Amino acid sequence: MTAVANRIPRELRSPRVRGAGFDVEKVRHDFPILREKVRGRTLVYLDNAATSQKPQVVIDAISRHYERGNANIHRGVHFLSEHATEEHEAARGTVQSFLNAEEASEIIFVRGATEAINLVAQTYGRTQVGPGDEVLITAMEHHSNIVPWQILCEQKGGRLRVVPINESGELLLEEFQKLLNTRTKIVAVTQVSNALGTINPVRRIIEMAHRENIPVLVDGAQAVPHLKVDVQALDCDFYVFSGHKLYGPTGIGVLYGKSALLDAMPPYQGGGDMISSVTFEKTIYNKLPYKFEAGTPHVAGAIGLGAAIDYVNGLGMDNVAAYEHEVLTYATEAVAAIPGIRLIGTAREKAGVLSFLLGSIHPHDIGTILDQEGIAIRAGHHCAQPIMQRFGIAATARASFGLYNTKEEVDALVEGIQKVREVFA
Amino acid sequence: MSDLRELYQDVILEHSKAPRNYRQLATANHKAEGYNPLCGDHFTLYLDLKGDSIHDISFQGSGCAISKASASMMTQSVKGKTREEAGKLFEQFHKLVTGQANGNQADLGKLAVFSGVSQFPVRVKCATLAWHTLQAAMEGKQEPVSTE
Repeated sequence: MTAVANRIPRELRSPRVRGAGFDVEKVRHDFPILREKVRGRTLVYLDNAATSQKPQVVIDAISRHYERGNANIHRGVHFLSEHATEEHEAARGTVQSFLNAEEASEIIFVRGATEAINLVAQTYGRTQVGPGDEVLITAMEHHSNIVPWQILCEQKGGRLRVVPINESGELLLEEFQKLLNTRTKIVAVTQVSNALGTINPVRRIIEMAHRENIPVLVDGAQAVPHLKVDVQALDCDFYVFSGHKLYGPTGIGVLYGKSALLDAMPPYQGGGDMISSVTFEKTIYNKLPYKFEAGTPHVAGAIGLGAAIDYVNGLGMDNVAAYEHEVLTYATEAVAAIPGIRLIGTAREKAGVLSFLLGSIHPHDIGTILDQEGIAIRAGHHCAQPIMQRFGIAATARASFGLYNTKEEVDALVEGIQKVREVFA
Repeated sequence: MSDLRELYQDVILEHSKAPRNYRQLATANHKAEGYNPLCGDHFTLYLDLKGDSIHDISFQGSGCAISKASASMMTQSVKGKTREEAGKLFEQFHKLVTGQANGNQADLGKLAVFSGVSQFPVRVKCATLAWHTLQAAMEGKQEPVSTE
């Protein structure tokens, strides 16, 4: 590189360098799978809302744990057990900082967002919701933030109530206000919709609910990969997310809860590690967070998640958000310009997701044809059937973006959609 | 593109756009629902069975090009056939779309255009949904048929 080139600001040197300090080509090198060929073509991975790909540092952290650091945690007196325990707890600290939780003990490791919601429903929910009480969710929830509450309501004679959305896929806050009442025991809302991409004003929702002394669970599964999250600034009572959508491994996720609430909740599962003493007459439960972590946890998963968070922190979540916003805006304009396209989910504030229909062509046919071009999208109801019913459709095609996607990949998507139109011409 | 053309043959595209026997059947004495929860394909199949033979057949619903064309062409193929003949046809069709055809598929006639499905394993369910629904209707099952 010449001295002159060195004096040119990085972001001006190449059209591929966008946003302050975000070099997507460099980022792409960190993800080995992006070099794979699919059906003889370069992979264009646009199914990030389902799961994200993993950077080498995450893969290495997991391998290193199994190659050199594996042991059970919290019990051994030997070197490796101490080491593994330290690594596992260091990952908890990483999550704590990532969410800006007040204490590390407010971070519970679980299998994923789904398990976290079930945990809250079956502990907090079971003790707080009685006959005639209400659980308030929204019309844009993933099945994982619907079904656990339905199960709870069936068990306890409670009632599930749903905040409606408008045609753009935005929550109707005035309806939300009307639905809050003295019987409402908890509000559970997604921060970003997996099917529509809508970013909900969770800070405001929490404020409104707290005015009526109602706690709020925020489903952050689709939010943490795209937005900076601060649970203390939000003042949410519970926050859940999955590691695998945040460039970490599958099988690990996080429940954040305010310690006062977690302390008062009964345990979720019984077993080893969640106790401080056991006799056949009585068991005394362990302190937080271990009370909710029965059995040997997913140590490698926690370590992998910690590595993933270190990775995105290294890039800077603000840089990621700014870059992704640019790509999503570009994609929205490019796809909307294709004749016959109908976008599903046109909220003013969106992240990561572009759901669409093309004429009367079924999304599965779109998915199959794009797949032949090496482009991976999702076609279906995205585990959010009530949203499909709301829009009177059976399914959508969904392109969802991650921090490694480029405008060139959006161009490939647009070309692929043109091919779909040719096949069905 | 060649695999794609094999899958989306002109006949299939044409049937998906203008499905035959696409209506309710007033004389139906058997009816069944077919559902593919994964992609939301949903069909209702109407049957007018006279004794052992399919006197008339129709369907309605929504689905992808493959499932709709398959339903449309199936209704044409089985009309006038006995239950046993329809069952045998399904057997041959199933072998065809799962890539197990052994050259004995002469009876399939026009349905041979679905051979391309065998290159797309996830689409086998789309091609067979109508046939499973037909089987359920002939057996008089009350529960909706699901491909999952």
